[in-house]
Amino acid sequence: MSRFAKPVKIALSLIIIAGLIVIPMNFNRYGLFILSQWAVMTIAAIGLNLTLGYAGQVSLAQGAFVGIGAYASAIMTTHGWPLPAAIPVAIVLSFCVGWVLGYPALRVQHHYLAFVTLAFSTLAFLVFRNESWLTGGIYGISNIPRPHLFGIATNKPLPFYYVCLGSLAIVSLAVWWLIRSPWGRAFMALRENPLRAQSLGIDTRRYTLMAFAIGSALGGVAGALYAPLTQYIDPVPFNLSLSLDLLMMVIVGGAGFYFGPFLGAMIAVLLPEWLRFTEGYYLMLYAIAVMGLLIWSPTGILGILDRYLAERRTKAASALRAVAKSRLETAQ
Amino acid sequence: MSAVLEVTDIKKSFGGITAVDGVSFDVREGEILGLIGPNGCGKSTLFNCILGQLTPTGGEVKLDGKVVTGLRPSELNKLGVSRTFQLLQVFPKLSVRENLILAGQEHQGNMASRLVGRSDAGLTEVANQMIGFFKLDHLASEPAGGLSYGQQKLLDAAMAFMGGPRLVLLDEPAGGVNPSMLTDLKERLVAINREKNATFVVIEHNMEFVMSLCSRVMVMAEGKVLAMGRPDEVRKNPAVIEAYLGH
Repeated sequence: MSRFAKPVKIALSLIIIAGLIVIPMNFNRYGLFILSQWAVMTIAAIGLNLTLGYAGQVSLAQGAFVGIGAYASAIMTTHGWPLPAAIPVAIVLSFCVGWVLGYPALRVQHHYLAFVTLAFSTLAFLVFRNESWLTGGIYGISNIPRPHLFGIATNKPLPFYYVCLGSLAIVSLAVWWLIRSPWGRAFMALRENPLRAQSLGIDTRRYTLMAFAIGSALGGVAGALYAPLTQYIDPVPFNLSLSLDLLMMVIVGGAGFYFGPFLGAMIAVLLPEWLRFTEGYYLMLYAIAVMGLLIWSPTGILGILDRYLAERRTKAASALRAVAKSRLETAQ
Repeated sequence: MSAVLEVTDIKKSFGGITAVDGVSFDVREGEILGLIGPNGCGKSTLFNCILGQLTPTGGEVKLDGKVVTGLRPSELNKLGVSRTFQLLQVFPKLSVRENLILAGQEHQGNMASRLVGRSDAGLTEVANQMIGFFKLDHLASEPAGGLSYGQQKLLDAAMAFMGGPRLVLLDEPAGGVNPSMLTDLKERLVAINREKNATFVVIEHNMEFVMSLCSRVMVMAEGKVLAMGRPDEVRKNPAVIEAYLGH
């Protein structure tokens, strides 16, 4: 991306942001719901991208953290607490649980770690379903209110879409800051070469736990918004398939690329909607599209762009070298 | 001269194989100690035991008189012990400058200040100096993976110095480096040794490099110390000739 001139990048970002604000004004209820869902799932996928894409720790439990956040926010807001109070609770709760889930990652990696997190995912689902004194069990929690923010009621779809979009903006900025800070560099070192990282003084234990905790906390944020978005939650949406969906969003968009989760969530949330005209075939077509993409580019959509830009850079560099060489030769 | 590193009776076995069998030595402040021996004699295992990558089966490691056996590699690095690996260990996707900043960042501030503070942890200037010192100026913004092998070896060594270490353990710094770059590397190591008063332990197979760089040389064979002394003494030692140097 660094080949684009900075003003072009800024202009492009501003156009996209303006588009996300202005265009949905004409959307119907359903369109706004889908777009809000995209914003919420993007937040969860950004969290997983941090754990998996940047720090290299496989997790099949992101959906469980969305569940933890959703239940925290649903329980609190149905008991009269405002959403702005419930979100920090969801963050702290999923941060702490994520920190604890990070401990197995200090001992096992890759597939084994995937299995540990998968077991956690199942455990969380069972808690949501069976602890009905707290979670309402299979009947779930209904009539989850949408918040009043700065004196504005957000129970209509459009204002609540702006709540989701605004939250996405805050999360995006915070994560952008995080990955360009020394922490981001340490996460990347953890992924690329933990042995060398340790020998350079990087406390890989602490950074591994942090990667899990922060990624999980963002799952919690997504959940805390998901509950008032759907206004009704039960355990089913937070089972393993949500974790797998989120994993797919990260991989399809491009793991370890900042904009990967935005694209991945767009494909996972919007593509099935666009393919609805094919009626019974849309899930099949969707599956084939995803398989095709991953065969073509295992590093996801942004991987294609990255390869293209890298090729251009190499060509430009060898052209420069050729010029320098011919100059040297004429000078001799 | 006082000892920076004291190693007492270090042992390491893997199952039935004893890779390091009771090695004791000390490294004096400011010296460059060479460590030579045939392949498989336990040199790298000894390094890994000293640096906390492996837990020794027995024995003790002291840094400045304090026992540091069993500390984690990152903790030892914070105490001023740094290393390079036998095989290249740079971060290929990061630029040369970013590699150096990464190598130094954990020595700046604390976890909180590294999160909210500057993206480069205030190290761009230091990294640029290091780049100049190792003559990598024209490559500063290139991804490290695009450098030649010799240049990556230089970067690898430079990374070990970013935290301002007191003691650096270099595992085959000259392996696969061409002769002209080798002279550069030696010059740089000697300069850092003098200017920064850093102490080195160097594993190396290139005899000429070791003999001209080191003030003392330790020879290992089959997990034990065979000889220790000035390069010219070691070169003449019959046991060393028998085990390693050949006739």
